[in-house]
Amino acid sequence: MQGRTEARIAWFFLLPSLVIILTMALLPILRSFYLSFFLKDLAVPQLGQPFVGLDNYLYILRDSRFWAALGNTFGFTFVSVLLETGLGLLLALMLNRAFTGRGLARAAILIPWAVPTVVSAQMWRWIYNDKVGVLNDLCLRLGVFTQPFPWLASIDTARAAIVVADVWKTTPFMALMLLAGLQMIDTSLYEAADVDGATAWQQFRHITLPLLTPVMTVAVLFRTLDAFRIFDLVYVLTSGAFGTETLSVLTADVTFKFNDYGQGSAYAVIMFGCIVAISYTFIKLLGADPNAEER
Amino acid sequence: MSEVRLVNVNKVFQGKTPLKKAWFEFWRPGHTPSEVHVVKNANLQIKDGEFLVLVGPSGCGKSTTLRMIAGLEEASSGDIFIGERRVNDVSPKDRDIAMVFQNYALYPHMNVYENMAFGLRLRKFAPDEIDKRVKNAAELLSIAHLLQRKPKELSGGQRQRVAMGRAIVRRPQVYLMDEPLSNLDAKLRVQMRAELQKLHRTLGVTTVYVTHDQVEAMTLGDRIVLMKDGVIQQMDTPLALYEHPANKYVAGFIGSPGMNFFPGKLAQNDGRIEVVASGFTLEVPAERRDGLESAVGTEVVLGMRAQDIHESTFPSDGPASAVSATVEVVEPLGSEIYLYAASGQDQFVARVDAHSVVRVGETVQLLFDTRKMHLFAASTEQSLLRAPQPEPARA
Repeated sequence: MQGRTEARIAWFFLLPSLVIILTMALLPILRSFYLSFFLKDLAVPQLGQPFVGLDNYLYILRDSRFWAALGNTFGFTFVSVLLETGLGLLLALMLNRAFTGRGLARAAILIPWAVPTVVSAQMWRWIYNDKVGVLNDLCLRLGVFTQPFPWLASIDTARAAIVVADVWKTTPFMALMLLAGLQMIDTSLYEAADVDGATAWQQFRHITLPLLTPVMTVAVLFRTLDAFRIFDLVYVLTSGAFGTETLSVLTADVTFKFNDYGQGSAYAVIMFGCIVAISYTFIKLLGADPNAEER
Repeated sequence: MSEVRLVNVNKVFQGKTPLKKAWFEFWRPGHTPSEVHVVKNANLQIKDGEFLVLVGPSGCGKSTTLRMIAGLEEASSGDIFIGERRVNDVSPKDRDIAMVFQNYALYPHMNVYENMAFGLRLRKFAPDEIDKRVKNAAELLSIAHLLQRKPKELSGGQRQRVAMGRAIVRRPQVYLMDEPLSNLDAKLRVQMRAELQKLHRTLGVTTVYVTHDQVEAMTLGDRIVLMKDGVIQQMDTPLALYEHPANKYVAGFIGSPGMNFFPGKLAQNDGRIEVVASGFTLEVPAERRDGLESAVGTEVVLGMRAQDIHESTFPSDGPASAVSATVEVVEPLGSEIYLYAASGQDQFVARVDAHSVVRVGETVQLLFDTRKMHLFAASTEQSLLRAPQPEPARA
């Protein structure tokens, strides 16, 4: 009797969040899934909304723009997450040492993460600007080139520019996650290793790294999913031009610029599938299950 | 194996680094955390093969002393020798020591075998030599069946053994143990205590052992160093510490139940020297009077252990003075009875025979075995009795 009452109370408390999850997440996903099998082009509303089966998907798979965007997205995700993890680990190791002003440094490092992406993207756009940008100004003064360089208007530099801006913004997140992981490691382990005869590098290699792996895997998973969906930075900096189009930008373009909701939904479903696949791979292959490696 | 020597070793913890100090001084003038002098002028000589126990209350500097020997803490001044070598500037890994930590500090991602082999691998031992040593140690500690387990799959006692094993395989000159038994439950602690003793006899390696538990200190130590507030109070064999405590603090720390203290005055009466406490007057027996004359007239503290106070119906041999006291609490423990009694202003514990029939509220005559008395100056708390003395011949 009491069990049932408790269950009822539990449901009651869960209800608000369930409603929100259902209406804000599950319904849109299902709706996108549904729409992806229909022709729904608001540019030609007279066609109505006929069922087209897999046509939207088949069209996408034959579209070179999709494959380019997919490649860009994976490439961007891989390079930026790799850089962020490396730099984040370096920062975390530095912040984990006692030094004067550490508290201040810890707070300061979070600033790029706290600024909304659209704002920081706009900032970077000005930095990269070919006429008035700080970067060109610096390069000219230092004599790196004699002509201002249009960073965001050539394939290689535009891609690099986006990676740099993203790394700048999200490395703090990585550093903070890894710092938390580092602080969970018992300092007496290092003392034991000291006595056991481990050098600083061996301590890092045999103690820090293995014990940080669970946290690092989760952090990398978070960042990978985040990077995979990148939209605002690309949208503000290049709008997807010069070989920087990502899946999110393409999806938004098709949906809101061309008003092709059917195909846009198909794109969204493909992205959703990719994200599920990435999460699954991480959890299965790398053991990212946070409960698996409890200490 | 070799001896360990500490000569005038001090440890001062700087509250803050100079830069941080300046930072604090800037933001909160006058609030700069001051430095803490945790070990004051420690002089120790630990003999080859000796089991030396550092004991004292928490914060007395015993762990810091151990960590300075290990090299995990730098001595602020003084010299530390292991064998003939001054090791102040030698890193922990090159001091040829092994340490057992209070929380064991086992590497959580390695199994028992790897935990024990880690130090040997780093020192580039041959794999078959590593294997031999690890298996020997595991055999010795009866954890051979656990070698493939991870630390989290082990019980507290098993982890403790692995931590010991990690130290043993290294075959160092000195073992350093920082409260290794304090995380075990009471029963296991007693058992491991006995095993430690056996182990030390088998291996014969110089061992420095830190504990806050006086029973551990008494049972394990060849010699005991008792510390308080960073100062070594006394360094001697367990029995000497028990029978001839150098000061009131040592007297109260060693022994259970703790020594009873009676503030009083030393008086001379008819050529006899007496301690006048609030509820009774005791004569100091002739064999303990040496050098007491100069203290006559001063405030003193009389110390009597519970087991040296007997009931008059179960008297012990030898001279004893009767003191009448009111019994307040009776604690039968089966093998003996603790009487909590009051005499004058003073309360004390007497350990009496299990067959005693004393009841609460009764006034009884308790015999104080004055040969076992301790006297401390009230001002300095130092012992007034000449110690150590040859044991007086038993009647």
